[in-house]
Amino acid sequence: MATAPMRRAIESGVPDNKPYLHPVLAKNYGNWKYHDRPRPGVLHHVAHGGDEVWSVRAGTQRQMDVYTIRKLCDIADQYAEGRVRFTIRSNIEFMVSDEAKVAPLIAKLEGEGFPVGGTGNSVSMIAHTQGWLHCDIPGTDASGVVKALMDELYDEFKREEMPNRVHLSTSCCEINCGGQADIAIIVQHTKPPQINHDLVANVCERPAVVARCPVAAIRPALVNGKPSLEVDEAKCICCGACYPPCPPMQINDPVHSKLAIWVGGKNSNARGKPTFMKMVASGLPNNAPRWPEVAEIVKKILYTYKQDARSWERLSDWVERIGWPRFFEKCDLPFTKYLIDDWRGARVNLNASTHIRF
Amino acid sequence: MAKPLHPTPMLDELESGPWPSFVTGLKRLANDKDYMVDLMGQLETSYKTRKGYWKGGTVGVIGYGGGVIPRFTELKDGEGQPIFKDAAEFHTLRIMPPPGMHYDTNVLRKMCDIWEEHGSGLIAFHGQSGDIMFQGAKTANVQGAFDALNDLGFDLGGAGPAVRTSMSCVGAARCEQSCYDEASAHRAVLNNFLDDIHRPSLPYKFKFKFSGCPNDCMNSIQRADMAVIGTWRDNIRTDEALARKWFDKHGMNELVNDVVARCPTKAIQIKDASAVATGDRISSVKLNDTQCLEIDNRDCVRCMHCVNVMTGALAPGQDKGATILVGGKRTLKIGDLMGTVVVPFMKLATEEDREALVELAQKIIDFFAENALEHERTGEMIERIGLVNFLEGIGLEIDANMVSQPRTNPYVRTDGWDDEVARIEARKQKAA
Repeated sequence: MATAPMRRAIESGVPDNKPYLHPVLAKNYGNWKYHDRPRPGVLHHVAHGGDEVWSVRAGTQRQMDVYTIRKLCDIADQYAEGRVRFTIRSNIEFMVSDEAKVAPLIAKLEGEGFPVGGTGNSVSMIAHTQGWLHCDIPGTDASGVVKALMDELYDEFKREEMPNRVHLSTSCCEINCGGQADIAIIVQHTKPPQINHDLVANVCERPAVVARCPVAAIRPALVNGKPSLEVDEAKCICCGACYPPCPPMQINDPVHSKLAIWVGGKNSNARGKPTFMKMVASGLPNNAPRWPEVAEIVKKILYTYKQDARSWERLSDWVERIGWPRFFEKCDLPFTKYLIDDWRGARVNLNASTHIRF
Repeated sequence: MAKPLHPTPMLDELESGPWPSFVTGLKRLANDKDYMVDLMGQLETSYKTRKGYWKGGTVGVIGYGGGVIPRFTELKDGEGQPIFKDAAEFHTLRIMPPPGMHYDTNVLRKMCDIWEEHGSGLIAFHGQSGDIMFQGAKTANVQGAFDALNDLGFDLGGAGPAVRTSMSCVGAARCEQSCYDEASAHRAVLNNFLDDIHRPSLPYKFKFKFSGCPNDCMNSIQRADMAVIGTWRDNIRTDEALARKWFDKHGMNELVNDVVARCPTKAIQIKDASAVATGDRISSVKLNDTQCLEIDNRDCVRCMHCVNVMTGALAPGQDKGATILVGGKRTLKIGDLMGTVVVPFMKLATEEDREALVELAQKIIDFFAENALEHERTGEMIERIGLVNFLEGIGLEIDANMVSQPRTNPYVRTDGWDDEVARIEARKQKAA
């Protein structure tokens, strides 16, 4: 049987971006002076030499079919100048060197169903993960949660009416591929893994699984005469860390895998140092296809922040000013014992002062 | 024409509403491909049962050990046969994007043609590590898809215990806050580690991220094992025309409340133009004929806030470079860790500067490869061995910029104190 000759990979690595840059970007590389925003969704950059470029930002569904991508390419060729880029939050940007092209480009994008916005003090597109569509360990879907929420937050994407920018993220397990955000939605399992003891010995490298547990709750055991693993359920924190290396330790559960809401993550160094987000709600049901209970709490937090925060306060800055008790009160969220940290280093999260707002 | 769609009442609900619908996109693909008809069947099942049905496996391309994410269905009938057999294999190719994620329509169209021929037609711009994710190919089609994308000038990214695909911000290409050439640094570092990207053999994943200024648009401090964040050493630059224009539009209340009061180190003051301080570390700019903004750059921590608010009127200095932070990661296993400073400042202006960055990265990777436990991230390793041991291991001098405060407990053996002081003095004299 004839076999095709083996093609060796060209290990070209990260490609050069120069061939893809808009010509005005290439010409003024490293030489920009300032920018302003003529309207939401449009950035206007001015170079030291006087060159100008307008970037029109539009939301996408991230998981795009080739027809959608070709439609965006047609728009880029006909209404822009053939060059685009994507932001970290899966928004697409079209660069044009002529201000007169901005309005027709916006009209075309909106006409084709791509919202223009996501700049400045807007709620930008939600950073999301793979979920049921492609992940091997997902507790929920990602694209669906994002679609459902962005439908609700559509106007806030298109406006710049928040006190400062708002980043949202979702993650389908506690590994949190979605990352830190002002408001994040993350799966929170509430029951220990269900172990299929028939499969463990053949599928799992048992010492590696034992080592993976953050609280040393897993130990090797002989179950029904077969080498397997057992979990000390009193110790188990239901994090799901054992599930990826050992799929027979099923952590996902249609009822007991819940969703938690976290707030106050900030990667920027602006004003205060970067912060991690904090858990403020949990126990929400994993209600596909639109997760209404999650949307309700996210919107409650978001609109309380919108109404109450001062200009330039990110969500974390706002809470720092008003304090956590008032955050829970204003957002109508119960402060439960599960929100008091008891992990290593937890004492830095306790109030070692008499700083109390009355 | 493909076979008829399976009923998908739950997914159908995600076709309504104003945001672009991925379900509508999946259906469009399913018009032509049985593959996508069955993919939708499995996804609808997940929506109904609230369970995932993919498992990993081993699929790759010739010569590489990673970069393809294998997915085989676990949704099977009583005989062990896939219920949605046309979508029983749904692998993803992770492809590294150009820095800043710039494209022309020509290359995007070619990517679409390749993926329509070899794969599902579903592409994510981009995954959380920054890859272009070509989602959904059968095992038999993975090599063909890769060959075509590789011929187009693109290469597979990282997966597993490997150096992972990186991201850099739009940076110098279109941002006035850019403090180094992010794209060049990104390519110089990543392309030095192609073997560690393509042939996973590290203790665990290792991520580099490149942000051009302390706004850190790539979230590098929270997500990267080694974060390269642009900054500057000299004074904030000012532009009087833009400062007057800003003040005209926004007025004194906004200046006080949004700029002066929000400076984290109180480095900014408003002064009468006649009383403004002078000196080589003072930046000042007139807001009108009588009032000035005055910044003492020795107190400024380069947080970016005033520069963000008064962009153009205030700007990063000219002695630019980057701060290097190491150890950022999310929860598993010991809890979230931020990256922390290991190099307060390094220049990144020339090829030689970038070579020094690559050399530092190589030392860190080598140390990580030798000293981390299996499945231990860099930050966890440093937590276990202590920052000083890590710094000594990679040959970096300690610096008071690496801590937020000195230790608050006496549990340290200090009998080497005099020797250490002598060593520091000797170093100072050598540098003088």
